[in-house]
Amino acid sequence: MPTAIYAGVNVTVNDEGFFEIPDEWTEAMAPEIARAEGIDGLTEPHWQVIKFMRAEYAEKGTGPTVRILGKTSGVSIKELYQLFPKGPAKEAAKIAGIPKPRGCI
Amino acid sequence: MAKRIVILGGGTGGTLTANRLRRSFFEEDAEVIVVDQNDDHVYQPGLLFVPFGLARADELVRPRHDQLHKGIRFHQVPIDRVDIKEDQVFLADGTVLGYDVLIVASGSRLEADETEGLTGPGWRENVFTFYDLAGAAALHDALEAFDGGKVVVNVVDLPIKCPVAPLEFCFLADWYFGQRGIRDKVDLSYVTPLDGAFTKPVASRRLAGLLEEKGVSLITEFNTGEVDGAGGRLISYDEREILFDLAVIVPLHSGATYVSNSPGLGDELGFVAVDEHTLQAVAKENIFAIGDAAGVPTSKAGSVTHFEGEVLVENVRRFLAGEPLDATYDGHANCFIETGFGKALLIDFNYDTEPLPGHFPTSVGLPLLKESRLNHLGKLMFQSLYWHSLLPGRDLPGMGSAMPRRGKVTSGVR
Repeated sequence: MPTAIYAGVNVTVNDEGFFEIPDEWTEAMAPEIARAEGIDGLTEPHWQVIKFMRAEYAEKGTGPTVRILGKTSGVSIKELYQLFPKGPAKEAAKIAGIPKPRGCI
Repeated sequence: MAKRIVILGGGTGGTLTANRLRRSFFEEDAEVIVVDQNDDHVYQPGLLFVPFGLARADELVRPRHDQLHKGIRFHQVPIDRVDIKEDQVFLADGTVLGYDVLIVASGSRLEADETEGLTGPGWRENVFTFYDLAGAAALHDALEAFDGGKVVVNVVDLPIKCPVAPLEFCFLADWYFGQRGIRDKVDLSYVTPLDGAFTKPVASRRLAGLLEEKGVSLITEFNTGEVDGAGGRLISYDEREILFDLAVIVPLHSGATYVSNSPGLGDELGFVAVDEHTLQAVAKENIFAIGDAAGVPTSKAGSVTHFEGEVLVENVRRFLAGEPLDATYDGHANCFIETGFGKALLIDFNYDTEPLPGHFPTSVGLPLLKESRLNHLGKLMFQSLYWHSLLPGRDLPGMGSAMPRRGKVTSGVR
């Protein structure tokens, strides 16, 4: 399993860079992961989404889809794409240190 | 005193469950009531064929009450909400139905309005869906009048009913335009939010290969934010554009409205969270869900509903008898994928095993993940089995609820 170093700490990630063990994540790591994704400087709305992703993961065992984020996070889908241009569900999950959302079948 | 079992929805899941329950209980032991807002039972797998003139919309509909066996009460009235604390269903005509066991079988609902512009200018002119009867019939007329240009088939987002149907639409469109001698004037593309043609890797590669063989472009990771019918454009949230002359859209799906209006019953999209092996609701022990209404990680498909039925009915019996539930539903799904030219592919999978090549149900059965005439005949034969075996709640010959492992090639498959 590949590893990465964020905020000076070694963490386990999958081959796409998603955390395998969400407990290894700390808030201090988020800005570094975001920078690697091309997002310089996390704003308050970014943090709102990141915290929402972690809460959803803790409750349901998977990150929410974009549609559910738009319905329940308090941020519209258009704004979510402005915050996380590569796709909010995946990019926010990566920055929030949770595994890649399973999505639906 | 007789227990009362209330089933919300008289479609595939509600009907087969009611009929199986009626056989399992004497009438003095259990009353079985089915509620639905209308009396039109649509054979949904047939919708795919309507646009191509291979089925007629009116041939796919039969009265719901005729599919329910003697001793089952049918209420035709919209459902307002469920009070899960008091075990009561509130109906739109003011009736309050108490229950001992509630079964949510009200399927899913198309949410075309949730996508910006989808039902605006161009809707049913150059923008269509074949996921309901009226849409499929309107698309038939539009295809007959179509003489060339760009056709896009787009899934807005999952979950959707029958995730293979939009791919089948592409395959049949390739065949249809070929028959009409205008295939070279039609540019066909399949536009999906997924990163491949399908959700599961082996089937995804095979299906992508088929799209390529048939000259259908595959455009992935496209999250449709807006449909501009007047301008003939699909616009993604990340501002990519795809031009079309004719768009065939699979709209967003949700559960029934009353589920969302019933506190504690459904999830954000109005589907009912259940234990994926027992089908008992997370919300309360006397509630179960079946078919498209259930939030389980497998396809929303008739075959899934059929396989769930056996386990569900056994669990309702056990629940009422105070016995531990049977946790044996394995996510089994079985889908024929029509590929045009009188052929079809078959896939068979469950929660743990993705669709694999081989044969079904054993090594001498129907070929899996491979085009064959036999699979096409299987798909055609299914319509009769649906009305005469599946809805009455009979087991299909040679097919148990659990996914058969024999016949599948499980190693070295790419």
